[in-house]
Amino acid sequence: MIEAVQGWFQRLYETTGLNFTVFYDPYDWNRYIGGLRMTLLLSVTTILASLVIGAVGALLQSGPSRLLRGLVNGFVVVFRNTPPLVQIFFFYFGLGTLLPALRTADGLRIPLLDNVQWAILSLSLFAGAFNVEIFRSGIEAVPRTTAEAAEALGYTRFKAYRHVVLPLALRVCLPALNNNLINLLKTTTLAYAIAVPETLYAVKQIWSESQNVLEMMLVLLATYAVLVGLLVWIMHRWERALRIPGYGR
Amino acid sequence: MAGPRPEDWSPDQPIVQLIDVHKSFGSFEVLKGISFDVRKGEVVCIIGPSGSGKSTLIRCINALVPVTAGTIRVEGIEVADPKLDKLALRRKVGMVFQQYNLFPHKTALANVMMAPIHVLGQDRREVEVRARALLAKVRLAGKEDAYPGELSGGQQQRVAIARSLAMRPDVMLFDEVTAALDPETVKEVLVTIRELAEEGMTCLLVTHEMNFARDVADHIYFTDRGVIVEHGPPATFFASAQDERTRRFLSQVL
Repeated sequence: MIEAVQGWFQRLYETTGLNFTVFYDPYDWNRYIGGLRMTLLLSVTTILASLVIGAVGALLQSGPSRLLRGLVNGFVVVFRNTPPLVQIFFFYFGLGTLLPALRTADGLRIPLLDNVQWAILSLSLFAGAFNVEIFRSGIEAVPRTTAEAAEALGYTRFKAYRHVVLPLALRVCLPALNNNLINLLKTTTLAYAIAVPETLYAVKQIWSESQNVLEMMLVLLATYAVLVGLLVWIMHRWERALRIPGYGR
Repeated sequence: MAGPRPEDWSPDQPIVQLIDVHKSFGSFEVLKGISFDVRKGEVVCIIGPSGSGKSTLIRCINALVPVTAGTIRVEGIEVADPKLDKLALRRKVGMVFQQYNLFPHKTALANVMMAPIHVLGQDRREVEVRARALLAKVRLAGKEDAYPGELSGGQQQRVAIARSLAMRPDVMLFDEVTAALDPETVKEVLVTIRELAEEGMTCLLVTHEMNFARDVADHIYFTDRGVIVEHGPPATFFASAQDERTRRFLSQVL
């Protein structure tokens, strides 16, 4: 089966000149798969982390502490108003060199966080800032009286948020959340700029060695189209699972 | 504050006690010195024209609205105390709202089960047995798995009553609970409240249902513009109201 596919792409190259090395050269294939794995790692971790940041940020933003509200608002402004690539550079080249680092016996510098970790941190904060605002829009759509009923039953603010307000807010803001998470998945390609070997990085390496830019571009575009399609499918399933019978109609 | 302590409270004292309660929203004074007692097992109805502060009054009792001045005690708990243990208060006081305010993402059964599990940390299986019994008590057996959006207003309101009872309160507050209902479903909710009252539950109702007040209440308070104008047991209150404002109000609603 694998040999047949490999043979087909090899013949395609010999007859038409279209050189999809990834599909017949195991070395390129492994590089591509490695990139894909890294993209998945970046996407899954940053999506989850940004959701947590969004949920916690929105809770603090509507909370009683003026200091915390101000901090959350400042965070949102900073990360929403600056380009994500600049943020990644700032974290990796700016903060990364300021942090203390370990040194090996022969003096080699081992940074506290490596480039993959900086990319995850930076992208999570970037998307998290948007998620704070998205969750806030959902929370504002939950009737104040619903939270009040929870309060009257003895719920603390946090418990009411967790069991009543957030689950309802989530349903309202899922479409907006979908958009932001799709954007986040695509923005993981920026990790390329600090040499994180994700899909774009791996594919770029392949095309500069094999001189097949057009072919690898097609592979790259198809890869992201499929990945986003997968994410959309998962989010729609989630949306359906959360649908409440008889609600909002 | 040198007041009585909750552990000194005994059931022969008023279960709810208001002394000269004031409440202002900005410069607008809604409550201008309200005082009354509710004794254990009593059914007390508060009636009066719209905007007379009835809902604000009832919401002060479980600290949903902070008072501006005055004293409110529930079983000896000082509601206006800044160090108030809100959970301790709200375990004693159940509340039912005009708009039901059920949790729309949970089934009727889950609505009733949530607070005892989340707030009191009680055992899920034990709570479920109790919740099913409560739904049967408010005549909603068979509707356990329905979501609020699939129930009529009267059914939702009865779920809300069951949800409140699941916390085993000593006092129930009803804030115009039939005002948003269709006329034909008002009765089923009133029947439920009447049964509760007959079982000895202490009930404090803000209501426009004069016939219900006449039949069920032990005591009626008529409020207008933030003060209690007149009060008395239903027999005397409806038959021989003294104040002009009360008489005018009664002539409009009866």
